[in-house]
Amino acid sequence: MLLAGGQGSRLYALTRNIAKPAVPYGGKYRIIDFPLSNCINSGIETVGVLTQYQPLELSDYIGSGMPWDLDRSQAGVHVLPPYQRNKGADWYKGTANAIYQNIAFIERYDPEYVLVLSGDHIYKMDYSKMIEAHKEKNADCTIAVIEVEMEEASRFGILNTNPDGSIYEFDEKPAVPKSNLASMGIYVFNWKKMRKYLIEDENDATSENDFGKNVLPAMLNAGERMFAYRFEGYWKDVGTIDSLWEANMDILNPKVPLDLSDREWRIYSRNAGLPPHYIADSAKVQNSSISEGCNVYGEVEFSVLFPGVTVEEGAIVYDSILMPGAHVGKGAKVQYAIVAENVDIGENAVVGERPEDVADKSDWGVAVVAQDVKVYPGATVKAKAMIDADVKGDE
Amino acid sequence: MRKTNVLGLIFPNMHDEALRDLTAIRAFGSVPFAGRYRLIDFPLSNMVNAGVTKVGVVTKSNYQSLMDHLGSGKAWDLSRKNEGLYILPPFGATDESYSGRVASLAGMDAFFANSKEEYVVMSDCHVVANIDYKAVIRSHMASGADVTVGYIEGALPRLDNLMVLQTNNDGRVTDITIENGGAGEGKFGIGLYVLRKDLLVKLVHNAVSRNQTHFERDILQRYVADLNIQGYAIQEQALVISSLASFYAANMAMLDCDKRANLFLTDRQIYTKVRDCCPAMYGLESTVSNSLVADGATINGTVKNSIIFRNVTIEAGATLEDCIVMQGALVLGGTKLGSVILDKDVVVKESRTLQGYASFPIYIDKKSIV
Repeated sequence: MLLAGGQGSRLYALTRNIAKPAVPYGGKYRIIDFPLSNCINSGIETVGVLTQYQPLELSDYIGSGMPWDLDRSQAGVHVLPPYQRNKGADWYKGTANAIYQNIAFIERYDPEYVLVLSGDHIYKMDYSKMIEAHKEKNADCTIAVIEVEMEEASRFGILNTNPDGSIYEFDEKPAVPKSNLASMGIYVFNWKKMRKYLIEDENDATSENDFGKNVLPAMLNAGERMFAYRFEGYWKDVGTIDSLWEANMDILNPKVPLDLSDREWRIYSRNAGLPPHYIADSAKVQNSSISEGCNVYGEVEFSVLFPGVTVEEGAIVYDSILMPGAHVGKGAKVQYAIVAENVDIGENAVVGERPEDVADKSDWGVAVVAQDVKVYPGATVKAKAMIDADVKGDE
Repeated sequence: MRKTNVLGLIFPNMHDEALRDLTAIRAFGSVPFAGRYRLIDFPLSNMVNAGVTKVGVVTKSNYQSLMDHLGSGKAWDLSRKNEGLYILPPFGATDESYSGRVASLAGMDAFFANSKEEYVVMSDCHVVANIDYKAVIRSHMASGADVTVGYIEGALPRLDNLMVLQTNNDGRVTDITIENGGAGEGKFGIGLYVLRKDLLVKLVHNAVSRNQTHFERDILQRYVADLNIQGYAIQEQALVISSLASFYAANMAMLDCDKRANLFLTDRQIYTKVRDCCPAMYGLESTVSNSLVADGATINGTVKNSIIFRNVTIEAGATLEDCIVMQGALVLGGTKLGSVILDKDVVVKESRTLQGYASFPIYIDKKSIV
């Protein structure tokens, strides 16, 4: 059960029209490609995707599930938006309520175990190993954890465990963390147990119907067998502008252990079906990731170009992310920026700034231009700006 | 796209002999092109874009790679309950009798009988073009012709059994000659035909009963006076592949922005198999100019005027100029390659130098180690 209803409000302009899991990432993917590909690669062939906020593009993107080999007659991927019942209609009130409202969907498959995922992270993980560990421990609930730096632990939901891996305490964003095992928001439940706690949680009027805040603590208090499952490898939250920018830059860094070219653990995505990209005589391309259908006549360094991007002659693109169909006009300068789908940057326009060119460092940040926006020729978008309307002068 | 009343047939083995090197291990239709395509993608996409939803691929030999490429036809939206893509392997035909289209068509009675479409559009795979087949079909219906033949007017390509046409002012074909290794200019057929299905079946059976095998010579040429054969001049940009040199030239033409735009139209897309590669990666030492690069490539060397296919690796210190590098090839450092075609999965080891000429490119076999 993939929780894909989040608004992703900290991505501001990028999630104006789309749900966070539909945000483009890594030159040709969307965030949701990672959990979906992990599912099929782990042998999980029945996936419910719970949508709520701006579901249109996400539902469209998932479609029949064909790109992930999840178009099945018996199993496959199912998009599950909130729906109307004879007693009335409810939005999903929280993560636990979203699953609660789809108990009937889960029961159709009569599963032994249910895996709960979120659409907020970039990582490659074999869920089947986690489920094996869950079975071995005879657990009621297993939570995937990753070691984080102790200094950063207070930003996460921390699990405190006994030597055998069993959990004795949840510590949500602790001021003084006792451990550095952060919850990854990936849970395996025994379905019968989960069902019981979801119903109890629903009947509790004071509950926020959230897994982390309500259901998991309730299970722990009741003495259920709960274990942490340690994951090692690349795992990155892409919930903020900075982390999304960094996670994209990570694919350019050979030292970062995220191999997208691994044929044994492929990340599938819906393909744009464009011809290979063209690098012109006038172009200079270094340390960048460039996808199909791009036309590069200018300079591109330390950047990620999604399908169908055009960089005209004399334009400069440094340290930036250009999402599908973006167009950078002649002589324009794009630095430390995230440029969303189909943005048109006019000739000699300037988008974003290098940190060293900004006097007051607190004014610096990655500039963001939202989908379909037009930056007029000669206009300027300053560092840290969030632009969601056409720009004619300085903003 | 509204469905048409037209059945598609593609002949991926026609002209295999013209590209002997590349077709030793594959059918002409599965010869790689322009970084991520196979030649069959062009006629197949043309058909799909014209609303043809049932397509038979009439194979003869070496069709394993072609079947792998086509799969269930999903990439062309031809994986369907009814209609869709049909691979038609040779049925009871010896190599000799297949020399024309007739024998293979004669073995397809059941396929024809099970298709409710009344017309047939046939195409070969040696012309790289985005042709509006809908216009060809419309013209056939409007003219009332028995057979419509697509042709190009220009320099005759050096192909065996090239059909050269004479037409009158109404566009009707008045004379047909079959030429080998053509020279000069003229109107030559490109293996694109539209005709009624029942007429095709009749003509084929008639030819078979006379032990005739060659569609162009034994049917069209023989009955040029009896049948109303209409010529259809192809106006779209078309690259004819008739030799290794013209294959090389057609690929290099894709470095021209206008020619690329004429082929990869946004409203009539060219579809191909999806391979789920990550985007191409350029390293700190890469120098790339005037080149077409596909997803999955890793480039750390110098690449100029070249076509780089999927999952190719060019190491730092390698220099490639005017090259075609097919899927999965690996070029190590210190190498210098000029006007070379590397087939799939070739490895070029350190400090090798290979220099061909545009009119005579060097071809390196699939999986060779240089």
